[in-house]
Order: sequence, then structure tokens, then C-alpha cells
Amino acid sequence: MNRFAELLDRLAYEPGRNAKLRLITDYFRHTLDPDRGYALAALTGALSFRHAKPGLIRALIAERVEPTLFALSYDYVGDLSETVALLWPAPAKDHGRNAPPPTLTDVVAALNTLGKAELPAQLARWLDELDETGRWALLKLVTGSLRIGVSARLAKTAVAALGDHQPDDIELVWPGLAPPYSELFAWVEGHGERPRTDDPAPFRPAMLAHAIEETDFAALDPADFTAEWKWDGIRIQAGAGTQPDGRPVARLYSRTGEDISAAFPDLAEALAFDGAIDGELLILREGRVQSFNILQQRLNRKAVTAKLLAEFPAHLRAYDLLFEHGEDLRDLPFIERRRRLERLVAALGSPRIDLSPLIPFTDWEALTVARADPASAGAGADAEAVEGVMLKRRDSLYVPGRPRGPWWKWKRDPFTVDAVLMYAQRGHGKRSSYYSDYTFGVWTAGESGDELVPVGKAYFGFTDAELIEIDRFVRRNTLDRFGPVRHVTHEPHHGLVFEVAFEGLQRSTRHKSGIAMRFPRISRLRWDKPPGEADRLDALEAILGRIEAGRTNSGSGPAGLRDKQASSGADIHG
Amino acid sequence: MRAEDILSPTPCGIFCKPGGFHIDPVRPVARAVITHAHADHARAGHGAVLATPQTLDLMALRYGENFAGTTQAAGYGETVDLGGVRISLHPAGHVLGSAQILVEAGGVRIVASGDYKDVSDPTCAPFETVPCDVFITEATFGLPVFRHGNPQDEIVRLLHSVALFPERAHLVGAYALGKAQRVIALIRQAGYDRPIYLHGAMEKLTRYYEQQGQDLGELRLVRGTKKAEMAGAIALCPPSSLKDTWTRNFPDPLAAFASGWMRVRARARQKGVELPLVISDHADWDGLTATIAATGASDIWVTHGAEEALVHWCRLQGLNARPLGVVGYGDEDEGDDAPIAAEAGSAGTTA
Repeated sequence: MNRFAELLDRLAYEPGRNAKLRLITDYFRHTLDPDRGYALAALTGALSFRHAKPGLIRALIAERVEPTLFALSYDYVGDLSETVALLWPAPAKDHGRNAPPPTLTDVVAALNTLGKAELPAQLARWLDELDETGRWALLKLVTGSLRIGVSARLAKTAVAALGDHQPDDIELVWPGLAPPYSELFAWVEGHGERPRTDDPAPFRPAMLAHAIEETDFAALDPADFTAEWKWDGIRIQAGAGTQPDGRPVARLYSRTGEDISAAFPDLAEALAFDGAIDGELLILREGRVQSFNILQQRLNRKAVTAKLLAEFPAHLRAYDLLFEHGEDLRDLPFIERRRRLERLVAALGSPRIDLSPLIPFTDWEALTVARADPASAGAGADAEAVEGVMLKRRDSLYVPGRPRGPWWKWKRDPFTVDAVLMYAQRGHGKRSSYYSDYTFGVWTAGESGDELVPVGKAYFGFTDAELIEIDRFVRRNTLDRFGPVRHVTHEPHHGLVFEVAFEGLQRSTRHKSGIAMRFPRISRLRWDKPPGEADRLDALEAILGRIEAGRTNSGSGPAGLRDKQASSGADIHG
Repeated sequence: MRAEDILSPTPCGIFCKPGGFHIDPVRPVARAVITHAHADHARAGHGAVLATPQTLDLMALRYGENFAGTTQAAGYGETVDLGGVRISLHPAGHVLGSAQILVEAGGVRIVASGDYKDVSDPTCAPFETVPCDVFITEATFGLPVFRHGNPQDEIVRLLHSVALFPERAHLVGAYALGKAQRVIALIRQAGYDRPIYLHGAMEKLTRYYEQQGQDLGELRLVRGTKKAEMAGAIALCPPSSLKDTWTRNFPDPLAAFASGWMRVRARARQKGVELPLVISDHADWDGLTATIAATGASDIWVTHGAEEALVHWCRLQGLNARPLGVVGYGDEDEGDDAPIAAEAGSAGTTA
């Protein structure tokens, strides 16, 4: 347990993905079965037991620490588990107890079998035996408040790195496995057979698309491609089949293979087929696709209640068919798979599953028009949920990963606005010596003339070379400091203008401007532009008005292949 | 004579009226007795200064030879008479030269401990318990959540990280006087024998420790070393430099920080530290309470830090305790070393 705690402790402070990966792999390499298996289960969210209530922890510490000293300590530390971990007194030496600290396996096994009445005494014994970090991790674990900052995918990637494997290799065998995963570790370390999965609905690694650039079109023949809408939901894989004993199985996987069925029981129970469909998870109300914002509201809820299911009904919009009745279709051309998919969806006749329609087009001009105005090109009332266009070669096989050529994604142009840098904050990890997080604002009428009002924050979109330039600008033009934040000069004739790209706007009471941006990033540095010529809040209001009226069009209209770089001036492309 | 008539708190620091001197005054005074050379306790500009020889040397290194009108050195255990008040200095175990000050008058013994720790430190004389009637204690880590543990375990974590990330430079933020040299000595005790790199701001003080007989192994300056050479290296710097452009001289730097504050996660995260090392030059809660009990003092005066909890604890033990409310003392890990370290120079592109 102490070792696992040490890993969690390091992970909590380490910002870099690769460094996290190395820490986890190192732990797996130097920890024996079954401990490492339960650690993997903890990291992938596969452990489940009844959690202890904070009241129990408070009662334990109240028996050991004087109340005023506890209150002062808790007040300083601010976190109950951590306070108790640090305060827990060392057990008296003459207690005659010299037990070794519990292993993670001991803890998991006991938590699964322990009665409620026995928990306090067992917890106290463990706390006596563990060190500070061990106690912290134990308390976080038993209260169910362990937040590790590591995805299940990263944990599996760390397993793959023990041997010469890819993360997808792990995903393929994962559905048939259970903690402590001894056969999985044996296989990746080369002293065991590949675990056999007889799961009737396993995950199949997904095929992804490259973003298309304007210059790519010249080499492509429209006749080789089909086009369909890129829906702004969550890419999922719906797998269904039958167990050897005849019980039906249905699963929903994220595109990285995480089993998300439990969050969408309404959709999972509609998967009455035998095969694997690649598609998009959407929220449909009265047949109309809702925006990503609505979907997010469902994703943010922890408990899946009847009310949630009724208000946010989940829906599968089908793109592709990978398997049917045990037959692997992935080596068939897309057009052939599509035909099979159309037949299947029609036969299902489920209100929860429909087909993503193809967009008719003859040349790239026509597709450009469709992309600019999905509502008139077949998407109708659902146009709001269209994120762009997908191009798929008619003859493309279904190849896991992101092969270049067969599939392209062609996103709609983002909105852009010219905004002024107001505040800068240092970044984390590799960027900790750079001012890399920027708050920017636009002009609005204030009490004493025009003033800047912050409208968003961005910390990416620029190149490393641009980061160095901005950092230098921030350091040379700092007016004031508040902790890690620098107040940067932003006068009409002195300051730095960013072209900020974003995907959408929402009203927000948390921001002074009343507006929150979705997915903002720095798209260009406008060293050439005086801050006084940056955009005004009215312009953002206008975009918001259009969004609320249901027209999220990127506004370039049917004007052909617009060259983004040529767009200029203070206009907002909305 | 009552203890309050011998020593009393003033805006300048603790004042001994019968002896005519201040202890660790925060403003220039006629006569000062200094416990140790950290900047918040040892300031320049006093008329006369009494301290251990090492403290006087370190003050001269920091402030120049003329940091005071006159100086008088007193070794540990040596007694000095000031206006009928007997003063003697005793090891405080905090940093090289640090002393507790025993003040005796009219049969009353008062110990002003300055900053202290009661655990072993290879770079300074060990703390000595001085029996007394009144014990003036610091309370930097005066909350029971602070238990510092074994510093050698923290060094093991550092060296494990160096082994795991051989392409990254490990930057260890450590206060330039005391902590830095102790961390180096601990790393050497752990068997690490490669060169250890130093930020320019620590050079003078570290060389002084070496002159005093401390073996710190091979030390090199970061300045003038090629970036590629720093892969897998350990470099020490003032804590404020961890966030400075100075870190750009290193390949994929990993920020470690050696301080008692690292025990509390929120504090470590606030500082953007990736590898917190709980190594403190102050007594932890167990050290404070054990020391208070060991002195046999019936009156405890608590100066700087978390006075409230420590005073409360003393009263629970039936001791007379009160916060002194002396202002002006920080804690060296929190005090901004910026003028030495940060923007002032040393960094640049070649440092």
C-alpha cells in the first residue's frame, strides 16, 4: 500500500503525460502480482466497494487528537483525508504490535468482505501501520475520493510499455479480464499466453481521420469519395452479441476503448443486434439533435437517474459497421460496409439508432457550399450539431489508427475575434518558466470611455517560437503582479493583439462580459495591429445572437474555398 | 527579578533592559546578540554584534566586512557578562553557527532559542537541551500536522527520480544558507558521487561550509556548463529560481523543493513543485513539544509561526504559555530570495 501510495503521490504532482506513463510503468515493473493488478484496477476505475463516510474518519481522529488541535490543523490543511493522514499518531511502541503495513491486495480484499461494523477498527489498524503518504492514499481510497489525474487509457498504455505492445493490443483483450490481471501482465512480459477473450462484444480499435488542408484537395478526385456530416457528439462503438449461455451482451465503448455502457443504459438496451457499429453518441429531443452543450450536461452528471434519462435521451447515429454475426467486415470497402449498415439499421427500426446520411455532391465546390450551410444541404434542423464534413474513400478498408489518405475530416471554420492580451500566468511543467496562459479582452463602453473586458483564457494554439516572443513581451510590459499572474500593458496604442479562434459562445454569469467561449485558442499573433483596433463586445454579442437563433454557420457562405490567411481586419467571422 | 524584567518584546525584537541588548533585532540597534545568520534574524547596521564566530563570518559574507560597528565572537558554552547579565551561546542545530542564547540574571534562566531543530544534521553542531525557567521557542511548524520524517528517505526519492528520468535535470530548490549544504551532504551520505551543480547565488556560502571542514564532494557551477551536460544532473538553486527563466538552461527540468512546507499538498502544489522533499531545518511538532518538555521550563514564550496551537498545547500540559507577538521573522523558505536569485542576473542564456 505504501508503494502504491507513493505512486499516487508522484502522479498527483507530475503534469507531463510521458512522465506519468514512465512512473506507472516503473511501478508495474517493480511491483509483484497481485498488488500491481489491483493498482491497475484502481487506476482504471475497476475497483468497487462500499465507501466509508467522512463521519467515520472524523470519529476515528476525534478519539486520538485533542479537538482544538484538530480544528486548527484541519483549518490549515483544508482536506480531511490529508489532515487525518498527517495527524494520525504513531502507535505506542509497547503495544506489542509490529505488523507489516498492509499491501494494496490486503486492503482491497478486506474492503470487499468487511462488514460495516468491523470497518472502523480495521481502518485504525491500517492507519497505525502505514506512513503519512500511505494513510493519505488509504483514506482517499476508502472514502471514494481518489482523484488520480490519470485516464484508464494511460494506465493501459503503461501496461503495454512493459513489453513490446501497443495500447490497442491491451484494449483488445481487456473486456475479458478482471482484477488482478495476472494473465495480462504475464503476457505483456513475455512469459504467458495471450489472454483469450470470449467476450461476444469486444472493443475493436477505432479508425480515425486526418484533418484536411485546403491544399490537399487538388490531388483528390471527388468521384472517389463519399461525404457525410461530422456530428458534434461523442464517437462511440456499440457492440452487441450473445454469451455462450444465451444471455445478451451490449456495450458502448469510447473511441479509446473505455467501457461507458453504465453511463448510457438507455442506449445500451437498444442494441438489439449482433455486431459492432461505429457511430456518434448524441442527445435527441423530439427527433432533433441537441448541441454538444446539452450532451455535456448529461456527461457531467454522476448518477444516472430516471429524470436524467428522460431529459437527455441518448441516441446512436451510425457511421460504419465493423462486424456482423461474427463476420469481420473491416476488410471490405467502405461502400460495401455502408450497404450492410443501411440494411441493419433499417431492420432494427429502433428510434434510438439511425443512419448518418450521406451528403450528395459532385465536385468540391458543391461540398464547400454544403459544409457552409448544412441546414440547406440535408442536415435541416440538426445543422446546429454539425461540426464539419467527413470524407471517406469509397474503397477504404477499416484500418485501426489514423492512416493518412482514406478518411479526412473537414471541420467548419471556427469563429475568430481579435482580442487584447490583458493578463498572463505562468504555465506548468515544461512551461513553468514561461508566461503561457493568457487572459484576453475586447473593448466595450465603460464609465470613462472605452475599456477592455476579459472574454476568455487560452493557453495553446501558438508555436514554441511564438511562446518565447509572447513571454518576452509579457516580461517587458508587466505593470503589476498578483502572485503568479502578471498584469500586462493593454492600452489602445500599446499592447499585444491575438487573433483568437473558438468553437462557440455561451452566456455566462461567471464572467464580467456575460459571455464564455468554447475551446478558445490563439490562432495568430497580431503584432501589426494596435490594440485600439481590436474587436468590441458588440461583435461577440452578435455572434451569440446568431447562435441562439440556431444559425451557427461559420458565415463564409458559399464563397468557395476561402483562404483563412487572407481574412483580414477587425471583422469577426461568425 | 521577574523574567519579564529581564527580557521583553519590543517593536525591534526581544530587548534585555538590564543588559542593554536586543536579541535578533529587526531594525538597527546599539547592541545586538544574534542567534544565526539567516537574513530575518541577522541584519546589518547594528552598533555592536555578539554571535558565534561562524555567524559573524556568514554575516560578513552576506553584508560585507563592515556590517556592524564592532563584533564580538563567542564560542558555544563561553560566558559573556553584559551589565550584570550573563549570556552564553549553545548549539541550536538549525544551521552552521546557529545558537540558542541563555540569559541569566537574578537567578532566573531564560533561553531564547532562535530557530532550532532537534534532529541530526551533518552540517552543524547538534542541538543541546539547556535547562531553564523560561523557554522562548519558535513555532514555524507549530501544528501537529507537521512531522518531518527522515530526510534520508526524501533523498532516496530524489535519487530514484534521477534514475527514472535520466534525460531530465533535477532542480532542487533549497535555501542558500544551511538547507542547500545539508541537502548536498545528505545526497553524499546516500552514496551519490557525481558532480552536483550550484546556482551562482549559493557559491560563496557553500564554499564557506567547505572551508569549515564540510566535505561536499565535487561541486560545479551551473554557469558555463553546457545544457546537454545537465541531463540527469542534480542542481541546487534558491527556491525562487525554480520559476525563473534560469530553468531554461536545463533539459526538461524537474522542479524539486526541500522544505518542511512540502508536507502539505496544497502548499507544494501552490509552488508548482513536481517533487516535494520534506526536509526542514526547523523542529517539527514532535520536536517542538519534546524540546519544551525537556528544558523543564515552566513558562513558554512562543514567537514566530503558528503560535496559537503551540500555546494551546502548552496550556494543556499545565505550562504557562503566551505568544510574544514579535513581528518581522519569516521563514527562510517563504522569504523571497529574489534579489539574489531571480531577475538580478545570474540567469541569462549562458548561466
